[in-house]
Amino acid sequence: MKKFASLAMALIALTGFASAQTIKIGTIQPLTGAIAVYGKNVTNAVQLAVDEVNAAGGINGKKVELIVEDDSYKPDNTVAAFKKLATKDKVIAIVGALTSNCTLAITSLAQGAQIPLITPTSTNDKVTTAGNYIFQACYKDSFQGKVVANFATSTLKAKNVGILFDNANDYSKGLKTNFEATFTASGGKVSSESYATGDKDFNAQIAKIKASKPDALFLPDYYNAVSLLAKQIRAAGITVPLLGADGWDDAVGTDNADLVGAYYSNHFAKESASSVAKSYMTAYSAKYGNETDALAALGYDATKILLGAIAAADKAGKLTSPGVRDALAATKGSFVTGNISFDANRNTVKSAVIVQIGATDDKKLFTKFVATVNP
Amino acid sequence: MDIVSLFFQQLINGLSKGGIYALIALGYTMVYGIIKLINFAHGDILMVGAYIAYFVFAAWGFTPGSIFVAVLFAVAGSVLLGISIEATCYRPMRSAPRINALITAIGVSIFLENFPRLIPAIGPNYRDLTVPKLFETIHIGEVSIDPLKLLTLVVSLVLMTLLILIVDYSKAGKAMRAVSFDMGASALMGISVNRTVSFTFALGSALAGIGGVLYMLNFPLLDTYMGIMPGLKAFVAAVLGGIGSIPGAILGGLRLGIAEALTAGFISSKVMDFVVFGFLILILLLKPSGLLGVHRKEKV
Repeated sequence: MKKFASLAMALIALTGFASAQTIKIGTIQPLTGAIAVYGKNVTNAVQLAVDEVNAAGGINGKKVELIVEDDSYKPDNTVAAFKKLATKDKVIAIVGALTSNCTLAITSLAQGAQIPLITPTSTNDKVTTAGNYIFQACYKDSFQGKVVANFATSTLKAKNVGILFDNANDYSKGLKTNFEATFTASGGKVSSESYATGDKDFNAQIAKIKASKPDALFLPDYYNAVSLLAKQIRAAGITVPLLGADGWDDAVGTDNADLVGAYYSNHFAKESASSVAKSYMTAYSAKYGNETDALAALGYDATKILLGAIAAADKAGKLTSPGVRDALAATKGSFVTGNISFDANRNTVKSAVIVQIGATDDKKLFTKFVATVNP
Repeated sequence: MDIVSLFFQQLINGLSKGGIYALIALGYTMVYGIIKLINFAHGDILMVGAYIAYFVFAAWGFTPGSIFVAVLFAVAGSVLLGISIEATCYRPMRSAPRINALITAIGVSIFLENFPRLIPAIGPNYRDLTVPKLFETIHIGEVSIDPLKLLTLVVSLVLMTLLILIVDYSKAGKAMRAVSFDMGASALMGISVNRTVSFTFALGSALAGIGGVLYMLNFPLLDTYMGIMPGLKAFVAAVLGGIGSIPGAILGGLRLGIAEALTAGFISSKVMDFVVFGFLILILLLKPSGLLGVHRKEKV
């Protein structure tokens, strides 16, 4: 019995020792569902960051293990995924979620459990208000809405903009509010119509917006809703320019000719000159075969930020969740999507880019860089 | 745009969608009429038709030939599926209490929606299709008419007319009417009840399949759950028009499409579903058998 007990103790010690040799982080992404393209791209980028760190020897010799959970763009699933990562896998920190509504579903949970949560792509203004364990590695919608509104006023010279937004989606609602605030403050007129997530028929709302004779239309939603909207907008005979935001990131993948000529704000343009960005883009294409998109670049940066913070915490002898949190708050560096540091509210101050959608001769869509807007 | 133009614009939108609702409502109403079963899986036949057409278009692009093949395959696939479901799931239930068949129908629906998600070729993710602009938008005054919507409406009306011709003037149609009136007596008269029921399912599924193709051309974003809402609304339309009545289903479907479009156009899209389903409750309270339904009194 004694022999068994000591053997058991040795095994437990061994596993305990083994788990001290790997650092577990989690990520929650919409790998299936309406925006699966984003989920897959961001997960690939997060994995790429983890693999690069492990290939370079890990964090002070310890390997990083990435646990991926799928929330299918449904906040209920995000909560379930968070609980699994927190209680079963006992991760030290989490990169996620992707969409604002899913992230907002777990910010108070993460704060309560004191697990650092860094979202690479959720731009909603309310994300970091849950507490000091929540970090936002992208710009906020209040900034993004302003960027697009100013572009509409100064470059497109629009005086009257129609907005078609999803009133069941925090991201869409937040952007609409911010755009409207800036645009009306500079003297423009806004008319808006809403629909619900999952709607496919926008003809009634489009007909109403058409009646207000807009100079441009702002569509703050994700790529597949935007594709349907654009088709129905053009079929209704509306020819004015279309405007969008970072949710349009993979709209070019739809090859929808009705999107040609549209402008949208994003985090990152492929024509970006920095060497960090160029080596990331090459590494991503080499590993996954397709070009990266802006959201994936953000995912890569958020992971690199987190792993850097974990390394700093480990060096300081504080490889715990509070230690990682403090190291995250002190982040300062040059990353793929620009220079990143966190302010007192754990938001980043970053520039946005405006891109325009064009089409090649064989009808494939691509984006071209138009301007950088600094905060 | 003045109020009249806006009204006409929404009316056209509504009629087009109403045509699709009517096509599906016809399937619900015919099946109910003949075996007193609400076939909850009917909305998913729309989904199957849409996916078949999607695969044809994805492989061959959009040519007159590929459109013909897509519709043909969609109809064939839907009919085969409809008949197989009837033979395997509903026929054995014919002598069982009605609730058993109802639960079976719900089970079939859930199976059709979820099993394809496991097949890699279909998968759980949305698929979109770049439908090329087949026609230029027509402008009459301030109203813009997308010819695709007109085509949808025209196709729906032609199919409905064909269906009425079949039901009212063909021998098979007569058999359908006989079986729906009294199944036992029809069997005694030498009508093959099984064959008639299969034929009914075939007709309903063919309409749903074409409805799926039309729906997909208008709203080219597919996933396996896409048939739920149109199916549910078509069911509402069928009940509203009088379940078991073919003209009722047609009117119910068109009326529903128009009500949706006008509510979304003049009040708000947020109250659209509330108005549509609230109207159903109201009508059923006032006239339980629907607008054109026949209240068959049980003679003892």
